[in-house]
Amino acid sequence: MCLLIKNGIVIDPARNIKKNCDVLTENAKIASVGESLESPDAEIIDAAGKIVMPGIVDMHVHLREPGFEAKETIQTGTFAALRGGVTSVACMPNTNPVADNASVINFILNRAKEAGNARVYPVGAITKNSEGKLLSEIAELKDAGAAAISDDGRPVNSAGVMRRAMQYASMLDLPVISHCENLDLAGEGVMHEGAVSTALGLKGIPASAEEVMVARDIILAEETGCRLHIAHVSTARSIQLVREAKARGVNVTAEVAPHHFTLTHEAVKGYNTFTKVNPPLREAKDVEAVKEGLADGTIDVIATDHAPHTMEEKDVEYDLAPFGIAGVETAAGLIWNELVKPGILNVEDAVAKITLNPARILGICAGTLVPGMPADIIAIEPNKEWEVDPEFFAGRSKNTPFAGKKLTGKVLITILNGIMVYKH
Amino acid sequence: MTLRGKDLIGIEHMSEMEIQYILDTARPMKEIISRPIKKVPTLKGRTVANVFYEPSTRTRTSFELAAKYLSAEGVNVSGSASSVSKGESLKDTARTLEALGADVIILRHPMPGAAAMMAQTVPFPVVNAGDGAHEHPTQSLLDLFTVQEVKGTIKGLQIVVVGDIMHSRVARSGILAFKKMGARVSVCGPTTLVPPGIEELGARVYNNLDEALDGADIIYVLRIQKERQEEGLFPGLREYARLYGINKERLKLASSEAVVMHPGPVNRGVEITCDAADCKQSVIQAQVNNGVAVRMAVLYLLARGGEASSVPVD
Amino acid sequence: MQEKASILDKKGISRSLTRIAHEIIERNKGTEFLVLIGIRRRGVPLAYRLAEGIKKIEGSDVPVGVLDITLYRDDLSTLSQQPVVYQTEVNFSVEGKKIVLVDDVLYTGRTIRAAMDAIMDLGRPGVIQLATLVDRGHRELPIRADYVGKNVPTSKKEVIAVQLEEIDSEDKTLILEIE
Repeated sequence: MCLLIKNGIVIDPARNIKKNCDVLTENAKIASVGESLESPDAEIIDAAGKIVMPGIVDMHVHLREPGFEAKETIQTGTFAALRGGVTSVACMPNTNPVADNASVINFILNRAKEAGNARVYPVGAITKNSEGKLLSEIAELKDAGAAAISDDGRPVNSAGVMRRAMQYASMLDLPVISHCENLDLAGEGVMHEGAVSTALGLKGIPASAEEVMVARDIILAEETGCRLHIAHVSTARSIQLVREAKARGVNVTAEVAPHHFTLTHEAVKGYNTFTKVNPPLREAKDVEAVKEGLADGTIDVIATDHAPHTMEEKDVEYDLAPFGIAGVETAAGLIWNELVKPGILNVEDAVAKITLNPARILGICAGTLVPGMPADIIAIEPNKEWEVDPEFFAGRSKNTPFAGKKLTGKVLITILNGIMVYKH
Repeated sequence: MTLRGKDLIGIEHMSEMEIQYILDTARPMKEIISRPIKKVPTLKGRTVANVFYEPSTRTRTSFELAAKYLSAEGVNVSGSASSVSKGESLKDTARTLEALGADVIILRHPMPGAAAMMAQTVPFPVVNAGDGAHEHPTQSLLDLFTVQEVKGTIKGLQIVVVGDIMHSRVARSGILAFKKMGARVSVCGPTTLVPPGIEELGARVYNNLDEALDGADIIYVLRIQKERQEEGLFPGLREYARLYGINKERLKLASSEAVVMHPGPVNRGVEITCDAADCKQSVIQAQVNNGVAVRMAVLYLLARGGEASSVPVD
Repeated sequence: MQEKASILDKKGISRSLTRIAHEIIERNKGTEFLVLIGIRRRGVPLAYRLAEGIKKIEGSDVPVGVLDITLYRDDLSTLSQQPVVYQTEVNFSVEGKKIVLVDDVLYTGRTIRAAMDAIMDLGRPGVIQLATLVDRGHRELPIRADYVGKNVPTSKKEVIAVQLEEIDSEDKTLILEIE
């Protein structure tokens, strides 16, 4: 089985490729990238005018299984991913049971294999049951297939525990993905603390709740030599802290979620619970800082923090709704619409931040079109206008604040393992 | 003149004209409650459901009496007794009340946005009787009414709201309401009880009470909840009273005609001393009395009838 | 609306009121316990004019009250917009009084029903009488006027417009027809 994708604008940041050419796959692998390729038995896909790039690596996804199958399952989540052009996902450990041991990791990998959709790279929990007290068996997690460890969803509040986790992970060369949130400062907050929280009477989460933890974890990474990846940075000061740390040579990377470069806390007016997300939607100056951080390379990765929740859970008072946005099916559109189209990121950098960079951080075999790599390829029509309609989401949950938003840039084709698994 | 919305959710959504219309309607209502027979048949056969998820004797009683004086049937649904504790969602409670035949819902709820949510669920009017730290519009309407009664006009007056601005829906609605009616509004409290961005609602911020009181026409004292001290938001009641307590001495810093207001219930000796709460300048009792009249006006104006247009009368 | 005919001009209104003032005094054998209550809006200036007329004849002051009957209307539940409520100003006790209700036009009788209920809520009067400038018929309730300025047979398509100086800057009464 061969595919020959003709005449696309091929982008492969790993080899600095950006040119009109063809991509040939053979036996589920990339065979070659070049001009005027020929293959007598290949199925030909005309990609003229479309961007042909590696499948997206989304390093921050909640697949919810085991434990919360009403929100999403590994099957539905990875299927939704393919529709969003995402061929690899790293899934977060805040399941029930928590992914703090090898058997849960094995379960996830088996389920993912059965589903046969996007590739799944589980992230293990830093501490047992994510309680922030005792370290998980991190080496066993790694052996079972965990690509990283994280406290996402339930931050490690104790600096001592985090320090030991980083020491231990550095020994295993496993990245630590930190959800930076100081629980004392966040308190019972449900949105960003500022003029809008004041006007709405909602309890605020101050920017400092994130920033003190970014600062803490950078210092600990600097001390331990651990590879630290800051999940979903959202404030100007967090980004500045990462920028300064990088300048000093600290082994730190950072990601941002699409909603944090698209929306501000103004979106919460009207109490739409689909805008309730953690970290919360911040101020305009923070959105500007995120864009600057993306442009100057401080922020390495765009990841969705796909956090599906059921309608029943979200259709309640703002205070009672769970945090999270289902983002895997809107990410590419938002990246093109908000970053590429206005010229904040050039297309190569945008592609790198959703393919090569996350793949490198996780150390996984994905995110490039180098011959011999798995044939995970997508085609994006950069000028295609479309409207977000959650009714057509393949994922189980529809909690998006972008319903009705018009976007320019759409995933048209997703190829996984050399097989076209999605075509718009 | 008519109110634009089906509900009364917040001052935020109201125009100066709508506010004035409610105040103008409250005046004849006040005449009714001064009569020996305090009853008009206006809302005969209508059912007003008082749904209170938070304890509140004053506001609930005030709405209850307003409904009674207009001959509406009142039912009380209180948080502890209702199905909230059984896990029924707010929307389901709304639908249940609709099915039971309620014509108006008065909702007090600890969470901001709850009244708006209920209003979206039912086709009939919802009156916000306080949603968390968001708004308490009828309180501000009765405050405006009281000030108009005492001062004639609100335009140009200087009001200072003193106390726990952070957790106060009365402060939020009050700032918006007094701004809309042309007053100059300042807030005063310790930094830990003044929320960020309150200036954007149109209020000047003071941390020093003596400075804030200078030339004030209205001193609006907020209740300080003792739980806030336990949460560590200020060091102690004694220090609070010293820095932010209103007393007779401090009143002299304000305009000589200044009036003292308080939404109640009053913590005497904490945010205000007895001599200040009971002095001639205090209109705290008038506020309570006016509350019923204003709520009658709100119920009357919102409880519209069917679609048919007016039949000419002789 | 088209103007069909003039029923009463300034002089006509004045003559009717003078006659009604006489009738009120005669019927009530003087002005003891007598009070006038005008129904908002145009019953109010009429009540004041009647009081003035009575004073000219008898030399005594008759208290005048103002009644707003909006909250007593029987059609509120059918209106999609609530009518404006004005103040009721009856600054005397109605207990045992001889009340003359004053309105400009008597038509279905529903306003008078509302006005009587409103007065009853203020106390227990000795007697209630009704004075109206124009009676145009078409009663829907068993109500009649004790003092009438002018009886005008009308069709239901017609409208009686009483205009008074205090409100409309001139005194006249017209029949209008809805086109």
